[in-house]
Amino acid sequence: MIYDVVVIGGGPAGLAAAIKAHEEGGKVLILEQAEYLGGILQQCIHPGFGIHYLGEDLTGPEFASLFIEKVRSLNIPYILSAHVMKIEIMLPLAKKIQLIAPKGTKDIETKAIVYTAGAREKHGFEIGITGDRVSGIYTAGEAQSLMDLYGVMPGKRVLIVGSGDVGLIMARRLSLEGARVVGVVELMPYPGGLARNLVILRDFNIPLYLSHRVLEVHGRGRVERVKMARVNSKGKTIPGTERWIECDTLLISAGLVPDVRVLESLGIRIDPSTGGPVVNEFLETTAPGVFVAGNSLVINDLVDYAVEQGERAGMQAVRYAKNGGLPSMNWIPVEKGGNVRCVIPHYINGENEVILYLRARKPVKDATLVTGKKMHKIPVVTPAEMLRVKIKKEDITRPFKVEVSP
Amino acid sequence: MSIRVTIVGGGIVGASIARVLSRYENLKVHIIEKMSDVGWGVSKANTALIHGGYDDDPQKYPLRASLCVKGNRLWQKWVKDLEIPHVWSGALIIALQNEDIKHLSTLLERGIRNGVPEMRLVEKEELQALQPGIASEATGALYVPTVGQIASPRATVAIIENAVKNGVKIHLETEVQGIKVSDGEVKGIQTPRGFMESDVVINAAGLYADEISRMVGLDYFTLRPRKGEYLIYRHGIPGPTRVLFPTPTPKSKGIIVTTEVGGHLMIGPNAQDMERDEKDNLATTEEGLKEVLQGARKLWPGIPDRGVIRTFAGLRPEPPNGDFIIRAEEVWGFINVAGIRSPGLTSAPAIGYFVRDILRRDLGLKLVPKRRWYPRRRDITRIAAIPDAQRDRKIRARSEYGQVICRCNHITKGEILDAVERMKYINVKTPSIDSVKFRTGATSGECQGSFCMVRIAMLLAQEYGVPLWNVTLKGPGSELGIGDINSLRREKK
Ligand SMILES: Cc1cc2nc3c(=O)[nH]c(=O)nc-3n(C[C@H](O)[C@H](O)[C@H](O)COP(=O)(O)OP(=O)(O)OC[C@H]3O[C@@H](n4cnc5c(N)ncnc54)[C@H](O)[C@@H]3O)c2cc1C
Ligand SMILES: Cc1cc2nc3c(=O)[nH]c(=O)nc-3n(C[C@H](O)[C@H](O)[C@H](O)COP(=O)(O)OP(=O)(O)OC[C@H]3O[C@@H](n4cnc5c(N)ncnc54)[C@H](O)[C@@H]3O)c2cc1C
Repeated sequence: MIYDVVVIGGGPAGLAAAIKAHEEGGKVLILEQAEYLGGILQQCIHPGFGIHYLGEDLTGPEFASLFIEKVRSLNIPYILSAHVMKIEIMLPLAKKIQLIAPKGTKDIETKAIVYTAGAREKHGFEIGITGDRVSGIYTAGEAQSLMDLYGVMPGKRVLIVGSGDVGLIMARRLSLEGARVVGVVELMPYPGGLARNLVILRDFNIPLYLSHRVLEVHGRGRVERVKMARVNSKGKTIPGTERWIECDTLLISAGLVPDVRVLESLGIRIDPSTGGPVVNEFLETTAPGVFVAGNSLVINDLVDYAVEQGERAGMQAVRYAKNGGLPSMNWIPVEKGGNVRCVIPHYINGENEVILYLRARKPVKDATLVTGKKMHKIPVVTPAEMLRVKIKKEDITRPFKVEVSP
Repeated sequence: MSIRVTIVGGGIVGASIARVLSRYENLKVHIIEKMSDVGWGVSKANTALIHGGYDDDPQKYPLRASLCVKGNRLWQKWVKDLEIPHVWSGALIIALQNEDIKHLSTLLERGIRNGVPEMRLVEKEELQALQPGIASEATGALYVPTVGQIASPRATVAIIENAVKNGVKIHLETEVQGIKVSDGEVKGIQTPRGFMESDVVINAAGLYADEISRMVGLDYFTLRPRKGEYLIYRHGIPGPTRVLFPTPTPKSKGIIVTTEVGGHLMIGPNAQDMERDEKDNLATTEEGLKEVLQGARKLWPGIPDRGVIRTFAGLRPEPPNGDFIIRAEEVWGFINVAGIRSPGLTSAPAIGYFVRDILRRDLGLKLVPKRRWYPRRRDITRIAAIPDAQRDRKIRARSEYGQVICRCNHITKGEILDAVERMKYINVKTPSIDSVKFRTGATSGECQGSFCMVRIAMLLAQEYGVPLWNVTLKGPGSELGIGDINSLRREKK
């Protein structure tokens, strides 16, 4: 059996891609590493999902189940506990995926791939924390699964690194279970989370240390204290501002990075600013017929965007499979101007309406987003919130530059 | 009549001695180890190189010079018999300045005297071909093809499993607190679990060997910890195909650059002298890591700022005169195997035979070889590394081999359960993540366990029949939780 599209990763982006590809007439298979479909939504038991896409406010599992039921009703095949070992591109229309799964190893052949394997959490070593390697240092996801999946209390006095939504939600979760959150440490001079989540700090009387960095852990078997210091505007430690905080737990919520190891092994180009692959507006990577969506492409704050990307990638993947490739184009690079940290896609063609996703470097009030020759007024831009803009065909210029200015 | 031999310390040295002694019918060998698994002392955190043996001056350090070369030869057999992961990549000792070349000739001569085979000097042109990507300043190198690398904590586990198979008894979480001597003879050891009679006590206690020695009144040496720090990078950041050394200084072999057995670029160590009471200070430091990075970039300029997935530190037990202290002491039956600093890992198998010869020669013991001794030990099958057909058969026989838990290193549930079985085989009492890590490699990849650590903990909890919060990271005192989810709210009521 040769598939038109194999979707790697059965989270919201992957499910949306599979449904779309199926609806477009493709022969589709979903591969999911976990024992269930739905991706990280299954562990996000709070509401806040689907406001844009559905106009409804659902919890993570509720949102996921809509897609899972659709996959089932359309009889789209999927394999669970399927671990992708390796992908080989043999011909433009023949890609071999090597699997380990409970039913045995398997080589699957497909014409196109949609890669939607999500992201992984940054851990303490990656953000330069030194000192003792002891128990009590968890990523937010580890702490969340200890608590919500296995009913384990990780610690009593917790210091949290990172003031993004995930860190704040964990601060509330730990406080409600009786732990003392002794502080939230944020490298940036402004908090990373949405306003509605910042209220948590006030509710539970948790100090927020902006422009601070955790440097070092001290403990014998378990964390006993943690050293932090103030940083200057370049993120460098200011000598003399170091101080120790007593705690038994250090929770790292320093953000996610696209999980692109499999793609890297194919030699696909990666954009250091997103951590994900370089893509054109069809969400095709530099390897023909390999498409990417969701958190593997760029870290999305909203599931709605992940789904939107999934649908696009799914549709284009079928087109690739049916036509033996996508048409050659004279691509226009999307250039990053002032105050733009990252933007997706990297190349557009000027022949279609296109959706841009971008993040600013610094917060701006009454901002103007300039895309090509078009200006968009935006009341508040923060790095915490990804911007999504639709660009009409006639507003696309060559060259095409994007910038956020006050 | 059988002779009771107690080895203090379940590191690579104690393990190797035990394996060699397990060949003899009339020895009853026990290993006493204070930690909850074997190989967690100095043997856990080091560069894991099987050195060539050119570096040790035979005049100043006769034991190091002879045991290193012998050890290298023995390892080439042991890694096969015991299925220890290894790569034999050879090493290049790099000259960056003209005076370095002179030093390399000295090393070459010393290597020739020590009996190191196949060494030669290479010039700039060949060097660039032998190791593309090396610093353009490199003007030449000493090429040592016999240098290898092994997975060092796994090596200790492998040797111990084989020793246990051959009758050695192992006592974990048992600290030697005193040694009984009377009439100038060793009588046994005191532990919190009671007194154990013994005719021979072999002190292989790593950093603490000076303290064990003092228990029989011998205080002629003290060991000083010397810290070395490392950085490990994610897959995809290219490392060299050979081990790269700078031209050594009298104090250390310098900061090396290598692709370790797991395939990651690894750099380190620096050398920082510590106070005597800092034998448990394994903390990494910002300055130390910076020093390592700077040093490594001199040889391997392409190391990026980002991409570190782990940092760690080890402590070398530095003896006062630099050489190993291995001898039968005047207290009859007490043998010191102390100050086993680098190249101690390399020398360990040779130390095993050296100690056997001490038993024969200095203690006058007659050793009776066993009629049946098992030279081989099988490693846990690495599902991802075996041919497809074989893998398929394994999975069909047991579906757990088809369930990948550690995504980064492709380790399956079946392999983790195998590791738990191996832990129980050597009497590991406290379940810990590190015990699984050092048997399978799980949690040591790019995500450092953020995807799989909790699931592995759950398997450990099930297999050991303990609540999940009692599973540890690295033995008692490092439990993963403080109780069930309601424990704090209950406390407050
Ligand atoms: C704590 C938290 C709170 C959030 N809250 C909100 C919110 O309130 N509202 C909102 O809209 N969004 C929220 N988000 C964001 C949203 O959940 C994500 O943007 C979205 O889930 C991304 O979907 P995805 O399909 O790209 O990735 P994922 O959901 O991560 O799915 C990826 C899937 O791929 C699988 N996989 C990985 N590797 C492989 C492989 N090699 N082979 C096969 N399968 C593989 C994984 O097991 C997983 O199932 C939140 C995110 C987090 C982390
Ligand atoms: C940074 C660094 C890099 C190195 N690189 C290399 C290299 O590349 N190649 C090489 O050949 N060598 C290298 N070495 C040296 C090598 O690691 C050591 O020589 C070797 O591991 C020593 O093994 P050991 O068994 O003597 O000590 P250990 O592994 O420390 O074993 C001693 C054991 O005794 C136990 N113990 C201590 N006190 C007691 C007690 N009272 N009761 C019970 N048990 C006790 C400890 O818990 C420990 O497990 C390096 C060392 C360091 C630190």
